[in-house]
Amino acid sequence: MKKIEAVIRPHKLDEVRTDLLEAGFRGLTVLEAKGFGRQKGHTEIYRGSEYSINFRPKVLIVLVCADNQVEKAIEVIVRRARTGDTGDGKIFVTSVEEAIRVRTSESGEEAL
Amino acid sequence: MRRLRALVLLMVAGISFAAAQDSAPKIDTGDTTWMLVSTAFVMLMTPGLALFYGGMVRKKNVLGTIMQSFIALGVITVVWVLWGYSLAFSPSSNGFIGGLEWLGLQGVGLTPNPDYAGTIPHQLFMLFQMMFAIITPALITGAVAERMKFSAYLVFLVLWSTLVYVPLAHWVWGVGGWIRNLGALDFAGGLVVHVSSGVSALAAALILGKRKGYDTELSPPHNMTMTVLGAALLWFGWFGFNAGSAVASGALAVSAFVATHIASATATLSWIIVEWIHRGKPTVLGAASGAVAGLVAITPASGFVGPIPALVIGLCAGGVCYYGIRLKSKMRYDDSLDAVGVHGVGGTFGTLATGLFASKAINAAGADGLFFGNPGLLLTQIESALVAIVYAFIVSWILLKVLDKVIGLRLNDEHELEGLDQSQHGETGYVM
Repeated sequence: MKKIEAVIRPHKLDEVRTDLLEAGFRGLTVLEAKGFGRQKGHTEIYRGSEYSINFRPKVLIVLVCADNQVEKAIEVIVRRARTGDTGDGKIFVTSVEEAIRVRTSESGEEAL
Repeated sequence: MRRLRALVLLMVAGISFAAAQDSAPKIDTGDTTWMLVSTAFVMLMTPGLALFYGGMVRKKNVLGTIMQSFIALGVITVVWVLWGYSLAFSPSSNGFIGGLEWLGLQGVGLTPNPDYAGTIPHQLFMLFQMMFAIITPALITGAVAERMKFSAYLVFLVLWSTLVYVPLAHWVWGVGGWIRNLGALDFAGGLVVHVSSGVSALAAALILGKRKGYDTELSPPHNMTMTVLGAALLWFGWFGFNAGSAVASGALAVSAFVATHIASATATLSWIIVEWIHRGKPTVLGAASGAVAGLVAITPASGFVGPIPALVIGLCAGGVCYYGIRLKSKMRYDDSLDAVGVHGVGGTFGTLATGLFASKAINAAGADGLFFGNPGLLLTQIESALVAIVYAFIVSWILLKVLDKVIGLRLNDEHELEGLDQSQHGETGYVM
């Protein structure tokens, strides 16, 4: 099993979610986040004072799936979340040792 | 026949008795009603200010900021009752400070005081004036936002209102007050409230120094919705502030009400137009700030100018104060919430504008300004503005320096990072 963590723009979340569901993925977790990469911050002048905006609002999607589904998940996320501008985000893939369904105690891929 | 004669005699006696009473000041229920309402309106401006400022600071300081305005309701009420009202308003022959005859409000009863307001109970006039005394020092907190110790602030409240507000109120409004006797016009507090607090705010900002992270990590307002609500409450309450300064219900109150509203409206527009051109987008913060700037500027003029001059004053105030707030970056002081730029600059501008636009046709008890053929008034306004500026600045400076030495004004670094809410009050603004 693999964990996919995708940092994307907040307004792209809904489209990504819809397409992931359509592609057969049955669950995910979403966190509100902020971050920066090459997009960096910028300075705003707001009523006479300068503000450095260092972090941009982002959304972190956490999705655990079978090894053979990773490529599909990544393809869906990238297709929906990409705008072409800096700040589109990043996707990280790590290995998952175990997964358990709380309601039934099922484990392994059945738990996903 | 005999009964008829007795009846007529009784009626004549009754009528002459009533006629004799007419020469004593009589309470007018219309005036009293309006002044009761106005007093309540002005009271509402203090929590309105609390929200206006509160929304502009960082989340960790929202309660501390609100508290600084709110607590003035408690502290200044006591100061005013015990000695403030007497020293400000009891008639003086020296022209500098009132007497002690009304300490603890003795002698301030429910019959009218014809010197100030011949048709409402004296206590009502006192209470109306109290609301002004309450909000004025709270305005200063804008310049020291997010970094002043609550304990030091409480002491400052008592001393500043006694040493700066009370004398100025006496000079400009008190019977015998020397600025009043010069013929300076300040209908509702351009000098007494706005110039005094704005200039004192400058002293405070300079003495307390900049917030940590000022040059690198400032944060934008944490809750603009709160700020707009505050601005709206201020606008609403200001009707009592200005129109109530007519101290009567009638034509003058209406005139002041109209002028107040128009000036606020046009200042809102002019601020965002200037902002739009200068920065590319009109902001909600700009609109709220513009409204307040217009209200500040019209304050001294409200009972002396007509609708079109009010429109012009508001239009100018938006632009003037927009540039007024840029002084702080030019001169490198941290006037966090623009107390200096809006109240100091706006109040001075309004005081001078009164010297231009005042007309006896609007208020026969006032004077004519430059545009109505009397350049003398403008000179008097300039002089009184200079006096207020110099006095407020110097006394505030000394007061704050002494307080800093004795108890320390500023939060230590730890507390400033932690925020006012936790460090001063052990509370959090938003637990949801």
